[in-house]
Amino acid sequence: MTLTVTPAVTPTAPLARRNPVAKLAAALLFALPLVITLDPLTPAIALAIELAVLPLFGVRYSVLARRVWPLLPAAAGVLITMVLFAADRDGPLLFAAGPVLVTTGVLTSALGLVLRIFAVALPGIIVFATTDPTDLADALVQNAKTPARFAIGALAAFRLIPLFGQEWQMISLARRARGLDAGRNPLARLRIFVSTAFALLVGALRRGGRLATAMDARGFDSGTPRTFARRQVFTVYDWLLVGLSLGIGVLVLVASVVTGLFRPIIG
Amino acid sequence: MSEIRLTGFGWRHAGRKAWAVRDLDLHVAHGERVLLLGPSGAGKSTLLAALAGLLPEDSGEAAGTVEIDGLDPRKARERVGILFQDPQTQLVMARSGDDVAFGLENRGVPADDIWPLVSDALDRTGFPYPITRPTSALSGGEAQRLALAGVLALRPGLLLLDEPTANLDPAGAALIRDSLRRTRDPDTTLILVEHRVAEALPLVDRVVVLEPGGGVRADGPPELVFDVEGDRLAAEGVWVPGHPIAPRKAVLSPGISLVRAQQVTVSPRLSPTTVSTAEGEVLVVAGPNGAGKSTLALVLGGLLKPTGGSVVAFADASPWKWRARELAGRIGSVFQNPEHQFVTSRVVDELMLTQPPRSRVDDLLDRLRLTHLAQANPFTLSGGEARRLSVATALAGAPRLLILDEPTFGQDRRTWIELVDLLDSLRTDGHGIVAVTHDDDFVDCLADRVHRLDRP
Repeated sequence: MTLTVTPAVTPTAPLARRNPVAKLAAALLFALPLVITLDPLTPAIALAIELAVLPLFGVRYSVLARRVWPLLPAAAGVLITMVLFAADRDGPLLFAAGPVLVTTGVLTSALGLVLRIFAVALPGIIVFATTDPTDLADALVQNAKTPARFAIGALAAFRLIPLFGQEWQMISLARRARGLDAGRNPLARLRIFVSTAFALLVGALRRGGRLATAMDARGFDSGTPRTFARRQVFTVYDWLLVGLSLGIGVLVLVASVVTGLFRPIIG
Repeated sequence: MSEIRLTGFGWRHAGRKAWAVRDLDLHVAHGERVLLLGPSGAGKSTLLAALAGLLPEDSGEAAGTVEIDGLDPRKARERVGILFQDPQTQLVMARSGDDVAFGLENRGVPADDIWPLVSDALDRTGFPYPITRPTSALSGGEAQRLALAGVLALRPGLLLLDEPTANLDPAGAALIRDSLRRTRDPDTTLILVEHRVAEALPLVDRVVVLEPGGGVRADGPPELVFDVEGDRLAAEGVWVPGHPIAPRKAVLSPGISLVRAQQVTVSPRLSPTTVSTAEGEVLVVAGPNGAGKSTLALVLGGLLKPTGGSVVAFADASPWKWRARELAGRIGSVFQNPEHQFVTSRVVDELMLTQPPRSRVDDLLDRLRLTHLAQANPFTLSGGEARRLSVATALAGAPRLLILDEPTFGQDRRTWIELVDLLDSLRTDGHGIVAVTHDDDFVDCLADRVHRLDRP
């Protein structure tokens, strides 16, 4: 598991260097138009823009591909479900596979949804690939006024996550050493899964408790106003990134309205 | 500089009948360095938590008073620093320097002053890496060193150390003792809880022994206290110097071979290793961290499939392919963390898991002093009790071969001796035993053979 990753990207790229909160806000604002309309053009343009700005974030296309591939099964699932079960089957018939009538309308809707999955996910992937978790927590506290109790607390808990993988393996092996295996019995498998999860949970709660005590002892959340060892600044360029992102998002939406493809999600 | 004054102090955790600490009168002057001793259950950790201001008023019942420089410890938290056992759960940040800065940020130290203080604290403890070193890349000893730097950066007048080396291997423990020697400061009052007295003595000038029922049993310079109380403390589980443990030697010569691993490898953790164990012998697997000792234990225990080589146990090839039930009847494995092995909610159910004869269960409960805990939840046991139960569970299937990973890790002297005696009697009964350990005393006391592993 690589959750506390050093980004596999060029950290000095012009947009990678922007404030983490600005990047996060830009990603959210850019993705917003995509959840307003159902047509395939909006996500297609958005996706093209996202891929075009990728070098500005210092993310290599190969790195992106590695992080995007887990979405492929979801996309395939959507495509199949839409082709089989879409209620709306207008447009010229392309071909019929038994009772399934595949029309241009069906394909357009399916394509729209598949593109949307990628277009919505990509900004998030770009932000997290180019942002150090510590910087994000710092920026959340300093620039977005998130309580340190939440942001730094989550960061500390985050550090413990990679331990869970090793722990799960050891607990599973210990089950076998105790003479427990499921063989082909699904019920036994479930029982072992539950007991393994329980042992993991007990360990996790204990660790969490000890970590909280240690943080307490070092004066965390004691009421004294915190200072910041690492400064995160929110500059005019960060505002510009947020503004541009919103602006381009709106333009994409306008393009879909102008071409007459706009299909609002409500109504 | 801090001064401690306890008058009739007591604390009872909410929901408990017994007082964890009681009737405690104690004065520790500015700059004194105190080793706090007592059998487990004497309330040492509770006392440290009280001094660190970590016992919220609503979490139990208090008696008497406890003061640090005349203040309630909950209001004197800025004067006190505490280092716990487990380095993993003390580090907060992803980068070493940020972690030391964490406490300074919490105390509101101006940003410009933070980094010089961070470098200073890291230098004093002898932390060898740059401040950008990821905390996830540190060994246990290095991580504990960093945690100590984080505590010292706050310049506490009172430093509390709660068994700071108990979770570390000998090399890691040596790092921490080195750091504690380097950072010795006449202006800091020190209270250290540590079972391994010999290692702790160079750091202290006074020993206080707590009585489990309440109060102080002995108090004074180390030599005097150990002259009077040494034997009793050793019997109660404290590692008092000058109380060696006699070696237990095998009375029979080894019998037939139980397990043999031939050129076995687990890429990338274990390089080719050939090792075997027979009935009636104790084989110790030693070597530095990262040499693959625990991995070898898993392979010999039939729990992990090696990537190369062969394993034959009980004249049957490839124990990792056996059904679990069959495995548990032949090879018992004891894991480093006892809790990993627990699957039920009662001690007695743990032993009944694979339905062994009731007489064997009663015998195991009796031999490992668990009879009075038969109805207790395994996850609520103390460290020593949990270790004894984990050994008992491995023995429940009556295996001829027993494989243990760091069985004596962090145990007090009493549990240690019990374990060694138990393993010795198993050996006499003709069991084969493989123990992975860093514990030199264990090797001296019990090993018939030692197999050294080196880093791959």
